[in-house]
Amino acid sequence: MFGWSELTPVLPELIILATACTVLVLGLFTTSEKGGLLVLTSIAGVIFAAIATAKSHMGTHELIKQVLFNGNFVRDYMGDILKITVYFIMLFVFIYSKQYLRNKNIFKGEFYALMLFGLLGIMIMISGYNYITLYLGLELLALSSYALVAYDRDNTASNESAMKYFILGAIASGMLLYGMSMIYGATGTLQIDQINMAISQSNNSMLIVFGLVFILVGVAFKLGAAPFHMWVPDVYQGAPTATTLFISSAPKIAAFAFAVRILAQSLEGVFDQWQHIVAVIALLSIIIGNLFALQQTNIKRLFAYSTISHIGFMLLGFLGGADGYSASMFYIITYALMSVAGFGMIIVLSCKGFEAEKISDFKGLNQRNGWFAFMMLLIIASMAGFPPLVGFFSKLYVLKAVVDQGFYVLAGIAVVFAVIGSFYYLKIIKVMYFDESESDQEITAGFDVKSILSFNALLQLALLLFIPSILNYCIKAIDTL
Amino acid sequence: MNSWSLLSLLIWLPIIAAFAILALGPNRAGLAKMFAMLTAVLTLVLSIPLWQGFDSSTAAMQFVENVSWIPSLNINYHLGVDGIAMPLIVLTTFITVLTVLSAWKVISKNVHQFMAAFLLLEAMMIGVFCAQDAMLFYVFFEAMLIPMFLIIGVWGGPNRVYATIKFFIYTFFGSVFMLIALIYLYMKGGSFAISDMAQISLSLTEQIWIFCAFFLAFAVKIPMFPVHTWLPDAHVEAPTAGSVVLAAIMLKIGGYGFIRFSLPITPDASSELAGIVIALSLIAIVYIGLIAMVQKDMKKLIAYSSISHMGFVTLGIFIAFALVAKGGDTNMALEGAMVQMVSHGFISAALFLCVGVLYDRMHTRMISAYGGVVNTMPLFGAFFVFFAMSNAGLPGTSGFVGEFMIILSSFQANFWFAFLSALTLIFGAAYSLWMVKRVVFGEVKSEAVSQLTDMTKRETFILAVLAVAVLGLGVYPEPLIDVMRVSVQHLIEQITISKV
Repeated sequence: MFGWSELTPVLPELIILATACTVLVLGLFTTSEKGGLLVLTSIAGVIFAAIATAKSHMGTHELIKQVLFNGNFVRDYMGDILKITVYFIMLFVFIYSKQYLRNKNIFKGEFYALMLFGLLGIMIMISGYNYITLYLGLELLALSSYALVAYDRDNTASNESAMKYFILGAIASGMLLYGMSMIYGATGTLQIDQINMAISQSNNSMLIVFGLVFILVGVAFKLGAAPFHMWVPDVYQGAPTATTLFISSAPKIAAFAFAVRILAQSLEGVFDQWQHIVAVIALLSIIIGNLFALQQTNIKRLFAYSTISHIGFMLLGFLGGADGYSASMFYIITYALMSVAGFGMIIVLSCKGFEAEKISDFKGLNQRNGWFAFMMLLIIASMAGFPPLVGFFSKLYVLKAVVDQGFYVLAGIAVVFAVIGSFYYLKIIKVMYFDESESDQEITAGFDVKSILSFNALLQLALLLFIPSILNYCIKAIDTL
Repeated sequence: MNSWSLLSLLIWLPIIAAFAILALGPNRAGLAKMFAMLTAVLTLVLSIPLWQGFDSSTAAMQFVENVSWIPSLNINYHLGVDGIAMPLIVLTTFITVLTVLSAWKVISKNVHQFMAAFLLLEAMMIGVFCAQDAMLFYVFFEAMLIPMFLIIGVWGGPNRVYATIKFFIYTFFGSVFMLIALIYLYMKGGSFAISDMAQISLSLTEQIWIFCAFFLAFAVKIPMFPVHTWLPDAHVEAPTAGSVVLAAIMLKIGGYGFIRFSLPITPDASSELAGIVIALSLIAIVYIGLIAMVQKDMKKLIAYSSISHMGFVTLGIFIAFALVAKGGDTNMALEGAMVQMVSHGFISAALFLCVGVLYDRMHTRMISAYGGVVNTMPLFGAFFVFFAMSNAGLPGTSGFVGEFMIILSSFQANFWFAFLSALTLIFGAAYSLWMVKRVVFGEVKSEAVSQLTDMTKRETFILAVLAVAVLGLGVYPEPLIDVMRVSVQHLIEQITISKV
């Protein structure tokens, strides 16, 4: 039995759970016009959760690491940093998605309830300290995501992609569970630190490696890394943009935490076995992501392939030791902020009855609205990793960690494909700045969305000043794992 | 000495002004222009104390600012100038004023963005010359690509998209390997400071790899044969002001990079591979000179002539190694390369501005469309002939000084090097003067030419200022050489000590 003292550390999760239930009930009584209340409730819930999370780090004694519920759950520095980032991203997601749902006439309370349940799943994935807890978080997030992808139920593309996502996701979950059971068989435990200990003492590495491969497949699928990336473009394209906005940002952070907990914390002992697999997955992702993105005409699909390549870059960091994990963490945090801004821009440019899905919909944006063209320029340049934007520094840090370990060829291939990748980003800039506009449609987005988006894009520049402190957080987070 | 952060001011003033101009919006073009002009002039004025306060008796970095930026990666905001960087900074601020002025009437679309892009470009270029931290250098080095990409792509000619993407991909591809080399050097020495990198001892194999990475970045930028093909395209499509900045300053960054990175950090590899670089430089001088001769488009001709002249810069830099071995006058080679860079900054800028003057009136750059321009534009004719002469290296103009110094020092190294490089005096004269003959002299070619009006006061002013600079540097180059003498001496000490 656990008392109140055990419940305080999970206060953020409880708040999100309560908010999700409240929004679910409220949604029954609110119409689309009065939907602002739902958004406000969700935002309030996330802000309270953020306060509850941050509170543990205020004052004299600082929270370093706290294992709860018989070793099923952990509150640590990394988890809290990632959770705060996720809250931040969710605020963007809530604000951007409102307008989109209204335009498409699919504004319902369930959307926000599902997102909040997804957020809860993310938080559990970040804080799980036992394979089963991690798996439960993962499934909570996945089930919410399936429903969110299928949310636009009269749209066949949305349904098709949800179906694909569900079937492939279920297979991946199966693989993951199978792998976990192997590890359990070899070590006799599912708890992360105990697995780590058991591996260092056991000599039954055959079974462990066997399980490891299945686990890696599951992790790679959830991250959307090649060669398990097939679902990413279809889901990104088919899902309503508000959903894509969500699944392209916050869950990536959860998947990072999931990978760190499993690979770095529990399977650290078999690093020599998994480093080659991860290297191949990372390289394949970078290569496939960048090459396929060159061909795309749909911007959501393009972003999907670009996500794959970014995930590859992030995975490269896993080869770089402790420095590498903090590099990956920095990478995924900055990437999630870029990605949410990129999809936010698509939402802002869409309006009633029209979705800015094709790259050609960005034509002549500079003439239509110079400010948003500039914002998009910042986002795209940051994704492409052009200095002085923050995307460059996250790549730099990963490359540094990789070169540090002597993987020169890997680093070389990664930068060559970064150059190839720059071409499709340039194509978007080209379309915005050099081409003539095809429509002179006004940008109808509300002031709130516009200002938040501008803030989000300007973050790509403003974060330059905060790189040292964010990096220090990441380094500390990995050190205190 | 450094109470008011002069270098930071030079970098940040244009950046802040650029954002302010962007915020003005598209409807206040006149104000945007005035504001940009004001900023450019102010930056130029600020570079006067830089020249005045510079102490040419020491090779140490001056006006140093060093603030920690990203401590966990040991990246510092570390600025400073020596005798090699300082003239190039002054060149940058000087040319920027002229480009802003040259675009005054010509650009009508999105004026505020144009001006903002130029000011950002100026800031990045000054930053490149000031940066004493390799990562800061890299940030500035790459960040200037985006404004230039937009300048060519938005305000350029009909084939601008192809040209600008080619420009971007070439330079980006070149520089990413430098990034890996810099990271490697950081791993070895634990510091991104350029001066620390020069202290690390490296084996010859390591040096050769690092040299190649640097070489790729700077050879594309300067550009050297055979990675020069982006330059003619970019020049032809860029608006006049863009061409001017590209030719006058951006190309110099390649040469500056060789001097700042390749020579001190990898002296043995540079010495080992100097032969290849010299060969490529000679190919550029001779072969590209011949290519320039057959061009039909004036801008393309000047672009090829730029590549050929940049061949002199790389020749001057790397002939130094042959001279070290033989005990010749190494200083003269490197100083010649520097003088050539500054001089080419003036001359190429002037030539592109001349073409711009014609293009604004006739909207064609084809040599065949012109003829007898001197009959309707006598003043322009005079300037154009003068700058073409200096491009050909006429004694008394700045074009002569650098080339002559380099030819002299290559003579000490090898007769055939000198012979081949001296061919440029013939080829340069041939393509420059032949172009002038066909454009300026002869019968009035067409109705359109007969209706040309001579240069406005604004245009005359720009070209006159450049003419004074070219003549001044040509007749009395001593102040420029004096500024860099000690720094070049220091550089030579660095390259003569083996690091293996």
